[in-house]
Amino acid sequence: MTQETAPPTPATLESPSPWIRRHLLDLDDFTRDEIDTVLNTTDAMKEVLGRDVPRVPALRGKTVITLFYESSTRTRASFELAGKALGADVINVSAGGSSVEKGESLIDTVRTLQAVGADLLVMRHGSSGAPYLAARHVRASVINAGDGWHAHPTQALLDVYTMRTHLGDLRGRRVVIVGDIAHSRVARSNIWALTAAGAEVVVCGPLTLLPAGLRPGDPRSEEPLSLPPVKVETNLDRAVEGADVVMALRLQQERMHSGLLPSLREYATLYQVNEERLARAQPGALVMHPGPMNEGIEISPSLATSLQSVIEEQVTNGVAVRMAVLYLLARGKA
Amino acid sequence: MNGHTVLSADEMRRAIRRIAHEVVERNGGVSDVVFVGMRTRGVPLAQRLADAVLEFEGEAVSVGALDIGLYRDDISSKELSPRLQPTEMPTDIDGRRVVLVDDVLYTGRSIRAAMDALTDFGRPSGIQLAVLVDRGHRELPIRADYVGKNIPTALEEDVQVLLEEVDGADEVRITRSEGER
Repeated sequence: MTQETAPPTPATLESPSPWIRRHLLDLDDFTRDEIDTVLNTTDAMKEVLGRDVPRVPALRGKTVITLFYESSTRTRASFELAGKALGADVINVSAGGSSVEKGESLIDTVRTLQAVGADLLVMRHGSSGAPYLAARHVRASVINAGDGWHAHPTQALLDVYTMRTHLGDLRGRRVVIVGDIAHSRVARSNIWALTAAGAEVVVCGPLTLLPAGLRPGDPRSEEPLSLPPVKVETNLDRAVEGADVVMALRLQQERMHSGLLPSLREYATLYQVNEERLARAQPGALVMHPGPMNEGIEISPSLATSLQSVIEEQVTNGVAVRMAVLYLLARGKA
Repeated sequence: MNGHTVLSADEMRRAIRRIAHEVVERNGGVSDVVFVGMRTRGVPLAQRLADAVLEFEGEAVSVGALDIGLYRDDISSKELSPRLQPTEMPTDIDGRRVVLVDDVLYTGRSIRAAMDALTDFGRPSGIQLAVLVDRGHRELPIRADYVGKNIPTALEEDVQVLLEEVDGADEVRITRSEGER
């Protein structure tokens, strides 16, 4: 379009929903339309990444600061690459050590980063809700790159993008998420995103690793749950029946020490995603994992590298999705 | 809808055919010409030019689609649709003559962005510009090589190009913009 002022939209044109978000903190209030906007923008970013020189000037002059209070390889690297591919300046700040805690010091840190010129602040923190606190104290856009057990929105967006690439429209598709649902920000964000995209979500894991609100029979399951409706299944064989996607979550070793699991071996026996179990899913069902993997525990090594596995693709798509998010948030600000 | 028609479907068809002839004449054939349409409506226009050339010249011309969203200098403008679409460049443009195609030429800023985008894909031997409507009010030193129709406009008017492929009908209209944006 050449016109600088948007013409009245003809009735026959699908009217684009305006992007009004300044922060990306969670996907719990995302509409299907907004998710589509992110995924379609991601398509354009994929094209850029496929060029000989994968760089465009869209965010020239903008500063992206990544502030990570927890370790990360893929998330941090992909945000950095995403910012650079869009022509932004990217600065990485590590909170280092464990002395930094929520409260005054977090607020001071983000204010300082704002003062040095951050336009977009990508933040990972061990405490659920920390990015919300940051967002209240800065003018910069805050992007949640994982907070405690709460949310990891860009991971869910790249998962949904990867699924859409292979399956098309996700409405009515059956997606099984297996593992430690209770402590997984990846699971929570995926449940929101997939539900908004119209998929049927099944969560599967031992009772001790399901959120209290999802445990059948638990008195707390009567309380209003901070999640959209999902199916709950404790038997993985049944859960996988007819699935279009099976997503294994990383089993965090510390769960054993807190007494939630008797042994890794028992977990692997009952909940490992392997060839035998996958045979019950739809032919060609996708195998996914947000990484890092414990091969041999939550996923069998041969399946992780099989033709049905899109795990590497998830990582690759992570850069394009994060470019889309940075771009949309940067242009959402007047 | 308010406003009036400034180009009918028939007039539009003739203008496109004329431009196609001009492109062939000016470039001494089309052997190294590539049409690159600017999204959204430049793309079907570029395709129509290629169809016309194929019809009277018997030679197929590649058609590309360019999204300039990532090259604009006004990223924060609320008026722009956030919808980006992938750029599709069907052929190497190094050493080729690229004819950029857009529906309306106005300030020229989109064309500047498009040239930036093009040069990221290669080094064409030349870039030419074809537009269906030139409405004036340039803010940059840019002019079109091929113009369907010059339509002097007032700033408070909008030029609306409707195309069969996108809007279900061919027509160019001028409307009054409604108040402040």
